[in-house]
Amino acid sequence: MRGLDLRLGIDVGGTNTDAVVLDKDGAMLARAKVPTTADVTGGIRHVIDAILAGEAVAKERITHVMLGTTHATNAVLERRKLNRVAVLRIGAPATLGVRPLFGWPADLREAVSGGETIVRGGIEFDGRDLVPFDAEETRRFLASVAGTVDGVAISSVFAPVSDRHELEAAEIAREELGDDVHLSLSHEIGSVGLLERENATVLNGALVGVAREVAGALDGALAAHGIEARTFFAQNDGTLMALEFALRHPVLTIGSGPANSMRGAAYLTGATDALVADVGGTSTDVGVLAHGFPRESSAGVDIGGVRTNFRMPDILSIALGGGTVVAGSDGAVTVGPTSVGYRLTEEALVFGGSTPTITDAAVAGRRAEIGDPAALYAHRAVLERALAHADDLIADAIDRVKLVRGDRPLIVVGGGSVVVPDRLPGVSEVLRAPHADVANAIGAAIAAVSGQVDRIFHPGPSGRDEAVEQACAEAREQAIRAGAQPDAVEIVELDEIPLAYVTNYATRIRAKAAGPLAV
Amino acid sequence: MERVTQLDASNLPALARGCAILGTGGGGDPDVGLLMALQAIEEFGPVTVADLDDLPDDGLVMPCGMVGAPTVGIEKLGNGEEGVRLRDRVEALFGNPVVALMSGEIGGSNGILPASWAVRVGLPVVDADGMGRAFPEIPMMTMEIAGIAPNPSVMTDERGNVVTFDAVDGKWTERLERVVSAEFGGKGASAEYMLTVAEARAATVRNTISLAVRIGRVLEEAETEPLDALVAELDAAVLIRGKVVDVERRTTGGFVRGSASIEGLGEDAGRTLVLEIQNENLVALEGAELRAIVPDLISVLDVESAEAITTERLRYGQRVAVIAYPCDPIWRTPGGLQLAGPSAFGYDYPYVPVEELHARA
Repeated sequence: MRGLDLRLGIDVGGTNTDAVVLDKDGAMLARAKVPTTADVTGGIRHVIDAILAGEAVAKERITHVMLGTTHATNAVLERRKLNRVAVLRIGAPATLGVRPLFGWPADLREAVSGGETIVRGGIEFDGRDLVPFDAEETRRFLASVAGTVDGVAISSVFAPVSDRHELEAAEIAREELGDDVHLSLSHEIGSVGLLERENATVLNGALVGVAREVAGALDGALAAHGIEARTFFAQNDGTLMALEFALRHPVLTIGSGPANSMRGAAYLTGATDALVADVGGTSTDVGVLAHGFPRESSAGVDIGGVRTNFRMPDILSIALGGGTVVAGSDGAVTVGPTSVGYRLTEEALVFGGSTPTITDAAVAGRRAEIGDPAALYAHRAVLERALAHADDLIADAIDRVKLVRGDRPLIVVGGGSVVVPDRLPGVSEVLRAPHADVANAIGAAIAAVSGQVDRIFHPGPSGRDEAVEQACAEAREQAIRAGAQPDAVEIVELDEIPLAYVTNYATRIRAKAAGPLAV
Repeated sequence: MERVTQLDASNLPALARGCAILGTGGGGDPDVGLLMALQAIEEFGPVTVADLDDLPDDGLVMPCGMVGAPTVGIEKLGNGEEGVRLRDRVEALFGNPVVALMSGEIGGSNGILPASWAVRVGLPVVDADGMGRAFPEIPMMTMEIAGIAPNPSVMTDERGNVVTFDAVDGKWTERLERVVSAEFGGKGASAEYMLTVAEARAATVRNTISLAVRIGRVLEEAETEPLDALVAELDAAVLIRGKVVDVERRTTGGFVRGSASIEGLGEDAGRTLVLEIQNENLVALEGAELRAIVPDLISVLDVESAEAITTERLRYGQRVAVIAYPCDPIWRTPGGLQLAGPSAFGYDYPYVPVEELHARA
């Protein structure tokens, strides 16, 4: 394994693909921005072409490549490119009071669900069977969905205590549906909390195709350029995971965009306490930067209207970006939620297209000089109202994420920055740093490597501290194995949930360690 | 005060939020109860909420809820038929029709679960409960103070097991039900302290469903600073605004015990509040100084949204506000303090009402 020399941070957004190259000390040697292409690979190839064309970077020196992408998030928000997943819960006769996917937005459920059922089985907190696992009913259900689903999401009651019923069901799924069907098992995805873990597991199954597409695109582009480097995906907590791991756990990439852009924004402006709005082509994420790190959500986070138990940057995502489509006439103007995304430069009015977008509205409002403003004349009234509406949406989002009374600075990053006005209620000043439009790629490049342990320990009556220590040591080791610098690895998350009574004390410990890439 | 007469999709979310706050950190996650209730009303229609004054004097009221570990409650969800099985057994035992279900405790999941069961049973829930908050033990109910017998009590699980208890008192009811709850897999549905409507009028904390819904509405409707709005609504004292810097939890004797330290931020910088937890938040200390103590209510809230944070969701780094507010007066009587005051939880601190600890200028 080669030590760290240059790192290439790439961010594939819905609209643009950005890249930066940083040296060991974090100095930026090169940057590039190209439109995202429909096949993803094209955009990644083009952006690497652009980086290497600048001659500041010798490709042999690139040792690490970090990819951040909002593909998964956008796929859920827009209900596009999602795989169809059979939802199998193992928990009857318990859990019948809340059926799988209850409370999901109807359109998302329709796009994802290939059928749902609850079969008998599941685990008790102390490891016993709730009732014996119903293999027959499982087989019947899976046979009934054969040929109609891309994957199966399997969630058993107390899978974090024992995965055995999930593994049995997975075996049956392979027998009935073949080895190619993707299996998402809840014990690999989330923590205690059946409904939230089940939701995340279903979303994971729905996102496999999106992850494969992006990973394949990256591999292809690197091979085409003869770059041999270790590859990482950015994940929801702003740290990195190895590419192979990301392919099996694509849902963990959700939220990486906001974490990267906020870390990048802190790096670029030097501001450590501020609001951050990352305006992409499809959506805007508003979050809070505290001491240079994104504020994390205290409860589980909603992804596209679905509750999960991930801990992520506390971000409010609104369907407003540079490519957001403006529709309607003078009477009723609607803004989004659809977006032309990466087709902005073909479809927007200022670029000679025929779809009015928020970028057109920003140009009409003299916030930017892009393309041909004359093309906007016929749509002036609608665009003006749309821009006012967009400003309201942004102001409302800012108000909702704010932690404290009073005005705060707002750092605006992302390709759609021009949409944000210079004055907003609740904002003391709008900071627009140079290179803010590649903040995501910078954030990915400077991200730490992490390792995680999440399992049940059975310490003796006074062994809690030892168990915690052991979990921390294992997490550290994993982070170091993944490429972190040994003396700089820290425990960034530690969580303990006792599960059993005093006679048989068992506790679930989740420890996450993270550190910068080893030099 | 505005009375809630029906629970449906329009006010169940508010009820759940209110129950979470009144849960004072325990009582289980009301989100699960909310989803169960929403699914139940989708199938069976809205829940009727009855005032005790409008029900027949000799009608039988069935207090009920879940007993067991909160962690189990968010994993092994109920199957919805628990209320039906409890009602059937209770009617057989008492030879009298049940006219309404009642939450044994309004705080946490148990504030909403009986409503989800009631529609399936075809009965109303009464606008009252046996605690006005959450407590970790079955006999810590106002009915116990009023001299209502806890027995016979009934338990059931998701598999359909039904157990009848004829314990000599509330303590034994607790001990026996805990054993069965452990066998059931860490939780079970139960009904105890069955009483008549006439008795219930004096032996319960009244109008607590309406209160919980109102608390939830305050959070929903606050345009800015929901925390301030809530503090005003409850006439609560804000003990600290800060960051969770340490959480320790262990399960002993079936209860999650532990402590949490909150370091002040902003105006509260330099201060540290320590919470002592036994399922619920029971004591708030600053150094050696008492800031609030059970049976008064101590709630940990997200500093920004003012949503309740249950003890099992407390985590390092969370930005929280801790508030304290008065319990129902019945808990401040000698009988109430003996049952659920500081000494009942093994604390040597004297009980001092929260409004005395934070005398307003």
